[in-house]
Amino acid sequence: MANKAIVGEKVGMTQVWDDDNNIVPVTVVKVSPCRVVQIKSPESDGYSALQVTYGNKSADKLNQPMAGHYAKAGVAPGVKLVELRLEDVSEFEVGQEIGVDTLEAGELIDVTAVSKGKGFAGVMKRHNFAGQRASHGAHRVHRMPGAIGQCATPARVFKGMKMAGRMGNEKVTTQNLTVVRADAERALLLVKGSVPGPKGGTVVIRDAAKGGA
Amino acid sequence: MQNTDLVDLDSLRDDLPDFGPGDTVKVHVKVIEGNRQRVQVFEGVVIRRQGAGVRETFTVRKLSFGVGVERTFPLHTPSVEKIERVARGDVRRAKLYYLRDRIGKKAKVKELRD
Repeated sequence: MANKAIVGEKVGMTQVWDDDNNIVPVTVVKVSPCRVVQIKSPESDGYSALQVTYGNKSADKLNQPMAGHYAKAGVAPGVKLVELRLEDVSEFEVGQEIGVDTLEAGELIDVTAVSKGKGFAGVMKRHNFAGQRASHGAHRVHRMPGAIGQCATPARVFKGMKMAGRMGNEKVTTQNLTVVRADAERALLLVKGSVPGPKGGTVVIRDAAKGGA
Repeated sequence: MQNTDLVDLDSLRDDLPDFGPGDTVKVHVKVIEGNRQRVQVFEGVVIRRQGAGVRETFTVRKLSFGVGVERTFPLHTPSVEKIERVARGDVRRAKLYYLRDRIGKKAKVKELRD
């Protein structure tokens, strides 16, 4: 499990130049300092995690249960509560702030977010099927999957057959992305390559599970 | 204003001359040979400028031993030491692709004098 984690908001993509004057495509993630609201430990909750919040939310927009939850922790209300599963939470305390400086340039990270919803998508888009030919007798089947089974045996379609359906809008993790820059002053994190989800979407950043070695 | 401008502002150069399609420019490119670095000059006519912000690029076309050579540079790349505008060109369009089909005197861009 992750040793460090942080939550941020995707800003968009751009490019920067590295030391050798090569262009590096980067995703900009705004990582405002998160405040620990609750600490979940194996003794009391059965697993260890940090419940954090970030940003600011006006206190009169909160319902009473949420207001009570923040009041108990003595933490200013934020836009969202996010849980970060960590290996060891003994070093954290409620109210503590976690910033971008937990990460440094060159580090490998995993980024988890909810991907962009694509709606009801056909098999070519959803499962990378090849489709069918454009001519030579093909009639209204150009983007169809083709056969989906055999004959009298088994006389049914197997479960899990790849077909058209809802695509995207699901939790996706991109592994082993490199941190290009962690700018604590402007609370920005530059990650090499793309990150799942729309601009403005919440992303959870953890140290890479399979990174290194 | 784009949301990523905050990051881009660091990479933008402000030492660039004002130049556009048709202008003749000298591009001083840093070339790394082993552990030595020297500057190479690429001189030719700007045939296009494309894109915006940190992603903007321009293409320079020149004739080298009778062969047309085009090089595209990112406008804000740190690997270009400096850009000099040698002459301004009198042209009527933004993309001078027609120069590729011309040879000899016809392939010249008229100089703009004021």
